[in-house]
Amino acid sequence: MSKTKIILGLFDDPDDMMKGIDNLQKNSIPIYDIYTPMPIHGIEDKMGVKDSRLGYAAFCFGCLGITVITSILYYTLVYDWPMNVGGKPSFAMPNFIPFMFEWTILFTAFGMTITFFAATHLFPGRAPRVMDLRATDDRFVIAVNAKGNIPHEDITNLLKQAGAVEVKHNERKYVSYE
Amino acid sequence: MASHNESIIREPLMTGKDITYAKITNDILLPVENKPNKAWWIGFTVSSLGALLWVVSISYTFWFGLGAWGLNKTVGWAWDITGFVWWVGIGHAGTLISAVLLIFRQNWRNSINRSAEAMTIFAVICAATYIVAHMGRPWLFYFTLPLPNQYGSLWVNWNSALMMDVFAISTYFSVSLLFWYTGLLPDIASIRDRATGLRRRIYSILSFGWTGSLKTWQRFETVSLILAGISTPLVLSVHTIVSFDFATSLVPGWHTTIFPPYFVAGAIFSGFAMVQTLLLVTRKVLGLENYITMFHVESMNKIILLTGSIVGVAYITEFFIAWYSGVEYEQYAFINRATGPYWWAYWSMMSCNVISPQLFWSKTLRTSIKFSWFLSIIVNIGMWFERFVIIVTSLHRDYIPSSWAMFYPTWVDVSVFIGSIGLFFTMFLLFVRVLPSVAIAEVKLLLKTSSEQAKKKLINENHLDPAEVEYYKESLTKFDSIDTADYEKV
Repeated sequence: MSKTKIILGLFDDPDDMMKGIDNLQKNSIPIYDIYTPMPIHGIEDKMGVKDSRLGYAAFCFGCLGITVITSILYYTLVYDWPMNVGGKPSFAMPNFIPFMFEWTILFTAFGMTITFFAATHLFPGRAPRVMDLRATDDRFVIAVNAKGNIPHEDITNLLKQAGAVEVKHNERKYVSYE
Repeated sequence: MASHNESIIREPLMTGKDITYAKITNDILLPVENKPNKAWWIGFTVSSLGALLWVVSISYTFWFGLGAWGLNKTVGWAWDITGFVWWVGIGHAGTLISAVLLIFRQNWRNSINRSAEAMTIFAVICAATYIVAHMGRPWLFYFTLPLPNQYGSLWVNWNSALMMDVFAISTYFSVSLLFWYTGLLPDIASIRDRATGLRRRIYSILSFGWTGSLKTWQRFETVSLILAGISTPLVLSVHTIVSFDFATSLVPGWHTTIFPPYFVAGAIFSGFAMVQTLLLVTRKVLGLENYITMFHVESMNKIILLTGSIVGVAYITEFFIAWYSGVEYEQYAFINRATGPYWWAYWSMMSCNVISPQLFWSKTLRTSIKFSWFLSIIVNIGMWFERFVIIVTSLHRDYIPSSWAMFYPTWVDVSVFIGSIGLFFTMFLLFVRVLPSVAIAEVKLLLKTSSEQAKKKLINENHLDPAEVEYYKESLTKFDSIDTADYEKV
């Protein structure tokens, strides 16, 4: 039995890579993942990846932000220590709007980005799970799980037909950093 | 698909021959992966001496108190707030480029957003140091936060524009930093995957383990778009709130409703001038002429022309309203600005900000690198004078003539200002050495659609309207990085 764990199709052009995806999909070969040096529009649709729901998270965090600051404003200046400024109402709504706005933005930005980092497992010091070092430079990489997808020669040919400049049969899934 | 053809009449956003994805990475990482050249060392030495001056003068201020500055009973706010507003304004161009131009899908932002955002962050750092320094007791800066305390608790005054400023500036700084760093992750990963040894370890930690997988990119794009969407109103709110520091007071010359839009336009104006000051030098020293092209330079000059004109209209409107309001104090404040003892500051501001940008109506001037750089310096000076005029000339003659006074800066005032410029350039020069100064991933997106070579290929395929091709060729003559002789035969 072959020791190959993962098959990588390396392309130097995003359009060729798209063809590669089509070739594999026509032959019902599941794709493990795709690594590109830049965002390529249209792959999500091809691969059937659902829209990101981070927008909903952002909205919720924004609502949280405005609620928190409104509570602080109300507690401090209206409930706990109301100040008499020329007999004007202590709940001075127009003065509070800038704070409400800034905190909405602050919570939205940090809440959403931290959710993004958590969902994508990004944090400082995480060992990068890189399959090919040139995937962040000039190679568009299609990764196919070798296990269960046989014969490997056919996969190689499909990728080559689409214009892959190189097809790698790797025995290790990730390029080690240790 | 990634590579549908763009209309030929659009000017290229990237020039140069035989550009490949690998070449883009190599070109942009050149200063990061190699030892710095002489120009960098000279710049770094000069600016770190400036930063040292800043450390000395700020320490002096902290040790001896605000008496070290030239402030007096009448002019209680001068170079500190002038410097603060000047720096915050400069910061605004970065967010405008990264956020507003992203929403409007202006692809020319891709090659300048990274350095402009870095500039935003460093400018806001400089601005924040002024705020802390002018507090008098900077170690009590946390009094601006709503923390429970032993006085009751006596809470902060949420009705004050200065409080709004604390929250606006801190939100602006932290959100800008977040936006900038998230955008940096893919590019740090590019450095990581090419490095070895300790460098790889450091960039590996900084890259957060970025791999560029499908789902990561999809989420990354969502995050960028939403951050851009919320940063756009944020950047407008920040300078609006900075203008509230003045506009919500009752001082003639400050108490005007035009301040928010006028300050925002002024901020963008001065910010783009500083972007020009930095990028025209950076593109030359780092050899990025193919990525930051004449099209970028000209576009920024057009924005300077537009915002300079808005600022000009605002100056004239202020005068008109002072006359039209019939309020004597308001009228005096403005007549005093233009003809009083600070007339030279007022007319420096007028000539630098209103008259000189009008020269950009000439295409020859706005596509000249040397002239653009010269004018960007003029605008920087003019915008500093604008804040000086607003702050000092409105204060120095108040309601009681016996308390009228002039402001004379001490060596500490001057050193803090020059020092903050040194600090800014030190941070920027370190940035171009350790991080990519152009967003690599975003520039790669332009290669197949908007680059000069992609357009040349289209022309060679001969399916285009000859009139449009002629128009395109004509637009290329202004580029300093394109040899027009190549186009004579095609």
